Amino acid sequence: MAKLTFVGGIHPYDGKDLSKDKPIQDILPGNELVYPLSQHIGAPAKAIVAKGDRVLAGQKIAESGGFVSAPIHATVSGTVKTIEPRRVVTGDMIMSIVVENDGLYEDAGFYPQASLEELGREDIIGIIREAGIVGMGGAGFPTHVKLSPKEPEKIEYVIANCAECEPYLTSDYRRMLEEPEKLIGGLKILVSLFENAQGQYAHGIIAVEDNKPDCIALLRQLTKDEPGISVKALKTKYPQGGERQLIYATTGRKINSTMLPADVGCVVNNVDTIVAVYRAVIEGRPLMERIVTVTGDAVANPGNFRVKIGMSYQEILEAAGGFKIKPEKIVCGGPMMGFGMFDLNVPSTKTSTALLGLSRDDVAAMEPGPCINCGRCVEVCPGRVIPSRLADYAEHFDEEAFLANHGMECCECGCCSFICPAKRPLTQEIKSMRKIQLAKKKK
Amino acid sequence: MSGLFKVSSNPHVRSRVTTNGIMLAVIIALMPAAGFGIYNFGPRAVAVILVTIASTVLTEFLFGLYKKKMTITDLSAVVTGLLLALNLPVTIPLWMAALGGVFAILVVKMLFGGLGQNFMNPALAARCFLLISFPTAMAGKAFECDAYTGATPLEILKNGGQVNVMDMVIGRTSGTIGETSVIALVIGACILILLGIIDLRIPGSYIVTFVVFLVVVDLAKGQWISPAYLTAQLAGGGLMLGAFFMATDYVTRPITIKGQYLFGIFLGIMTGVFRVFGSGAEGVSYAIILGNLLVPLIEKVTKPKAFGYEKGGRRSEK
Repeated sequence: MAKLTFVGGIHPYDGKDLSKDKPIQDILPGNELVYPLSQHIGAPAKAIVAKGDRVLAGQKIAESGGFVSAPIHATVSGTVKTIEPRRVVTGDMIMSIVVENDGLYEDAGFYPQASLEELGREDIIGIIREAGIVGMGGAGFPTHVKLSPKEPEKIEYVIANCAECEPYLTSDYRRMLEEPEKLIGGLKILVSLFENAQGQYAHGIIAVEDNKPDCIALLRQLTKDEPGISVKALKTKYPQGGERQLIYATTGRKINSTMLPADVGCVVNNVDTIVAVYRAVIEGRPLMERIVTVTGDAVANPGNFRVKIGMSYQEILEAAGGFKIKPEKIVCGGPMMGFGMFDLNVPSTKTSTALLGLSRDDVAAMEPGPCINCGRCVEVCPGRVIPSRLADYAEHFDEEAFLANHGMECCECGCCSFICPAKRPLTQEIKSMRKIQLAKKKK
Repeated sequence: MSGLFKVSSNPHVRSRVTTNGIMLAVIIALMPAAGFGIYNFGPRAVAVILVTIASTVLTEFLFGLYKKKMTITDLSAVVTGLLLALNLPVTIPLWMAALGGVFAILVVKMLFGGLGQNFMNPALAARCFLLISFPTAMAGKAFECDAYTGATPLEILKNGGQVNVMDMVIGRTSGTIGETSVIALVIGACILILLGIIDLRIPGSYIVTFVVFLVVVDLAKGQWISPAYLTAQLAGGGLMLGAFFMATDYVTRPITIKGQYLFGIFLGIMTGVFRVFGSGAEGVSYAIILGNLLVPLIEKVTKPKAFGYEKGGRRSEK
């Protein structure tokens, strides 16, 4: 059988051995937790606490700022120190609620709203919205919006994105090994939301890259009596976990940049997101924690940590023993899609997947040269466009040619920049042009 | 830890493949052919190769001094020089070889913007320039080296003579320095394919089309092609050198995948036309140069459909 995959893609050094065998460790935050009001796509949340208020762990401290938005919950008990703009990972200053941790971790008590059987579709989506769940793979799109497509009856597949194709990251892997029942339970809840995603054959798909055979075996074992759920092994290749690539690999359906997964009857959610759904619906717990992989050759003890959202990266790094050698570059997230960080004193958010300390910065070490037209970017581009030409158009600000040649189809996966022998910043050029075009469209 | 770190936009990792590495691989892959050329034609071949490479590198160096931008370290000038030398007869006066090198680098490459900007393969363009300017010195009949003098196998074929196919495969015939040995060229091509520098799209479609063309021409004459003639056509002249090392030149072949097949097919037909109907025995160089000129057009008609825009976008469901 041909392996489930897509055309294009790359095989970067995956570095997962550094942390894949390290069980998830709980770590406690320091004195101060910072909750940026905008840690998701959409309208920023609105603070509903004031300076000096005492808050409990799990208490809602900011409410949704609109339909496409998500509330934010305190992850420790303590006092609201201030509400002021704070620096976040991307370098922006974002209005944030700062909570002084009293170290008691007193919570408000978590009770499920009702048993699963009693909950209707609207109730479940309501719980997910109130729990502040957003796409935790990195994008941060509010999950309740994703679960409320225009025509819910058209949804046929609910896909759990367990590919974890990004190099170095092992948080999803540990999650699947350690809490598979929560993933399966969460997926069942999501499948139950869509009437046409039930029936004779499997409509709940757990898609795992085949470099995690232990996960695949375990999940298959656990779902062998679940006809509604199938575990699919995907070829290990970056960006296998990209939404468009994942949908194509598992269902054979294709979407372009102008379409949503719902247009081809699919809903895709990340492992951590699905576990968060399970905990919100079954245990009544809002989104307070996530798993962060701290890794890279500069980190003393790479590992996977369950962190309280709002902790600073500095504290997370210390849990992993700090740096053993001076890192050249620190990345929040994976090496392909993550942000380069210039300071570690920024808060972790709902979308913090990893902290990566690299002793070598490939980007600085390699000087870009002229394009030799080798076509490697064309071979690897999952969007099937010509990245070298698009980058040229972007560089010369030829908007017409950029759009005519499907420049907007770039998913910014970075494959072209990775593979380019001339080390040209292809993704970066295309990305900046896309940003301009997207901003224009909004007007 | 309050020190600042390096930041840049993602991705933060790069593959180990570099332009230099690719050029070096091509140079290594050309070594068997160059080595056999030296063995076949004697020490003068060494002189031709060294003079041509020196001329290309020096030209790029001087141009770099003038433009205050040194580019010789990318090794592309060495590749051009070596390829040009392998495309020259061993008897060529050394000053002509040097002139060819200057033409390749200065006129075809640097004046158009340097590496990546030339629209013709510099080595082939220089070969054609020399062919037109000095037809006698470039023609096979000028061979006067010890081992193999006289006409090239293709010329013998053209004039209705018989050739020893085995000698042609090994390369013990006359011709340009690097084109005679099919075995040496195929070893080099295998190196490039295994290293992932080239693929079989262009050489494959080129050679297959050429074979089909010859078969069809013979069928039109009402006869079935003789295997000896076909093998001689495949092994003779610059076909192998051209198909694996010149037509696959990144800069001057289409970047689109479909376009590469189309390019190969075009080269196959043109080579056939030149060889069968042309006045000369050779056709590879002119076919590739013509193909190079058609690249923008080929790319235009083979522009790929972006993911999710293809007709019938759904793969059959299993």
